[in-house]
Amino acid sequence: MEKTDRLLLSGNEAIALAASRLGVALGTGYPGTPSTEILENFSRLGGRAQWAPNEKVALEVGLGAAFAGARALVTMKHVGVNVAADPLFTAAYTGVTGALVLVSADDPGMASSQNEQDNRRYAVAAGIPMLEPSDSQEAYDYTALAVEMSERWRTVVMLRVTTRVCHSKTTVRPGPVSAPAAPSFYRDVKSRVMVPGYARRAHVRLRDRLDDIEAWNNAEGPNRTDWGPVEFGIIASGISYVHAREAMPTANVLKLGLTYPLPMETIREFVAKFKRTIVLEEGDPVLAEAIRAAGIRVESKPPMYRFGELTVARIRRILDGDTSPEAAPPPGKPPQLCQGCPHRTVFQTLHDLDCIVAGDIGCYTLGVLPPFEAMDTCVCMGASIGVGLGLRHTLPEAEARRVVSVIGDSTFVHSGITGLVEMAYNPPVSGHVVLILDNGTTAMTGLQEHPGTGRRLDHGAGRRLVLEDVARAAGADFVTVTDPTADLEAFKTLVAERLAAGVLSVIVCRRPCLLAARQIRQFSQETEGTAGHE
Amino acid sequence: MSENVTNVVIAGLGGQGVLKASDILADAAFACGYDVKKSEIHGMSQRGGSVTSDVRFGPQVLSPMVPDGSADFLVVLAEEETESARRHLRPGGVLIGPQSLGASSLPNRRSLNVALLGVLSVRLDLAVTAWHDAIRANLAEKLHETNLEAFAAGRRAARAK
Repeated sequence: MEKTDRLLLSGNEAIALAASRLGVALGTGYPGTPSTEILENFSRLGGRAQWAPNEKVALEVGLGAAFAGARALVTMKHVGVNVAADPLFTAAYTGVTGALVLVSADDPGMASSQNEQDNRRYAVAAGIPMLEPSDSQEAYDYTALAVEMSERWRTVVMLRVTTRVCHSKTTVRPGPVSAPAAPSFYRDVKSRVMVPGYARRAHVRLRDRLDDIEAWNNAEGPNRTDWGPVEFGIIASGISYVHAREAMPTANVLKLGLTYPLPMETIREFVAKFKRTIVLEEGDPVLAEAIRAAGIRVESKPPMYRFGELTVARIRRILDGDTSPEAAPPPGKPPQLCQGCPHRTVFQTLHDLDCIVAGDIGCYTLGVLPPFEAMDTCVCMGASIGVGLGLRHTLPEAEARRVVSVIGDSTFVHSGITGLVEMAYNPPVSGHVVLILDNGTTAMTGLQEHPGTGRRLDHGAGRRLVLEDVARAAGADFVTVTDPTADLEAFKTLVAERLAAGVLSVIVCRRPCLLAARQIRQFSQETEGTAGHE
Repeated sequence: MSENVTNVVIAGLGGQGVLKASDILADAAFACGYDVKKSEIHGMSQRGGSVTSDVRFGPQVLSPMVPDGSADFLVVLAEEETESARRHLRPGGVLIGPQSLGASSLPNRRSLNVALLGVLSVRLDLAVTAWHDAIRANLAEKLHETNLEAFAAGRRAARAK
C-alpha cells in the first residue's frame, strides 16, 4: 500500500483535505475551539481560506459564493452558530445553487467554551439536513457527502462535529470525490428574494425537500447496522457510536450518519427486532425525543448523563442503569494568564481599583481567577459592553462609577463595535469606561489573525482596521491608546481618572501577546511596505 | 503484531510537549501498520494548565479515549501531575516519569518529552526506525540531533534498570 493511501489525521484535518479535493472555492469562518484548524489546514493545502469578522458575516459570504454556483465551506464553534443564526434560518428557505456546508463544532463538556449547547437542535429548527461523523474517516467522507447533498437538494447542509471528533487523530483512506461546476450567475428572484410572498412558497418547498431527503435517508442514507448476538439494540451517532461499540461489543447497533431528517422507517424496523433498544447520545436527548415523538418505544439515558462528554465508562454506567453519583476526577492545575502577559497588569489595576468588571470571551477571561479575581460577568462575544452599560444605567451612582467593560481586540471586531455605538447613542449618566485589550492576535484560539492585525488568515498583508479610529467614529468622548505595562502607576492613574470623569471613554491597551510577539514581528517585517493602509 | 489494543496516556503541563510526544508515538505506531487513535483536549493548554493526551493502537481501535484505569503505560512529564494522572493507569500498568531516566543527564531539558518516549520505546514492539522517522517528522530540523540523542538516552536508561 502506498503511504499516501492511509493517513493519520484529526477530524479537522480530514474536513480540510476533503474540502481541498472537492474544489471548495471559498472557506470562511471565525476562529473558535474546536473548529479553528479546519480553515488553517485548508489554507495550507492551497485552498482560499479567510477569517471573517464574525460568524454571521462568514455565513453570508459563504451563501453568496453558493448563490454563484461555487462550493463554500463555513466553519465555526457551536456558539458561533448563534451569531450566524439569522442568515442560516432564511438560507434554509432560499436554498443554494452550488454547495454550502456549515461546520458546527460543538463542545460537550466545555473544554474551552462558555456553554455546552447542542447544535443538533439548530438543524431541526432551521430545517437543514445534518451529518454527524464519528471519526476522521467519516469527517472526510461526510464532507464530500455534504457537498453532494447540498448540490442535489439545493440546501445548506450542517456537518455537526464535536471536540473529540475535531481533535482526535484516526486513520483516513481518502476516497475519490466529485468535481465542482464553474460558478456563474443566473437570476432566480423567487428563490433568493425572501419577501413574504416568495418566502411562503419557499417554506413549503423546504418541508417538501426534507420529506424527500428523509425518504432517501431511509433507502440509502449513510446509516448502518452492526449485528450482535445479544437481544438488545443501541441507536447511536457521532462519537457516542465508537464509545458504545467498545462498551458493549455484543449489542446490535444502528449507527446513524444523517441525523436530520431521521430515517424513521429504518429506526422503526430496527427497534421492532428487540425487546429493548436504548438511544446513546451525548448532550441533549435530541434523537430519543424525535424517535419517541414518532411513536417508537426506545429508552434513553438518565438525565445526569446530559452533562459533559460521554465516555466508554459512562456508557457502561448508562447500560447498567447506574445513577449513583460519579466520582469527580482529581482537579488538575488550572490554566492561567502567562507570566509576563500584558493582561496581568490590567487585571491587577482593576483589582486594586475595586472595579465592577463586565468581561468578555478570550484569554483575559482568566482574569476571573486568583490572584486577580477581577471579572464579574462573562456571557458571550461582545457582551462586556452591553452588560457594562446595563449595570451603569441602573446601579446607584457610587457603584455605577466602578463599572468597566473589558474586551479583547478580536472580540471587539467580532461584536463589540455595535456595543460602542449603543454607548454613544444611549449614554449612562455616569459615563462609561471600555478597555480594549489589544494584544495583536486572537490569542485564546491559537494566535489567529483578524481585521485589527492588518494581516489575513495566511498572515499575508491585509487592510488594517484601526480600533481607536472605530472608537472615535462610534462617538466615544475620549480615546486613549497606551501600553499598560510601560508605567504601572500611570496606567492606574489613567483608569482612575476616567472612572471619575463621568465621560464616555475608550482605552486601547496595546501590547502584543507574549506568545505571539516574535511571530508578529516576523510577519510585520515580511509584509512591510505591502500593507494597504497607513 | 500485538492482538490487543495498547493504551498510553501522556500527562504534563502546557508547554512541556505533551501533544508533541503523543504525535510522535501515534506516528510511530501508525507507520508500523497499526490502527491508531489519539485524543486530547487542547485550547487551554498553552496557558500552563494540566494537559493529557491518549494514544491507543492495535488491530482495531474504537473509542479514541483511554478509559480510566486501563492505561498500560502512563508517561508523566511533570512530577507534580503524577497523583492526578495515576487514575488512568490499570493495575500492573507501567508509570514512566522523569525519575525513569535515573542518573543519565539530558543534553537539553526541553527534550524530556522525547527522552521519556525513549524509555517507553523499550517496552513497546515498534521498530526503532519508525520512532526515529516520527521524531524527525514532528520536529524542526535544527531540533533533530538533540532529540534523537534524548531518545537514545531514554532507551539507555530504561535498559540499565
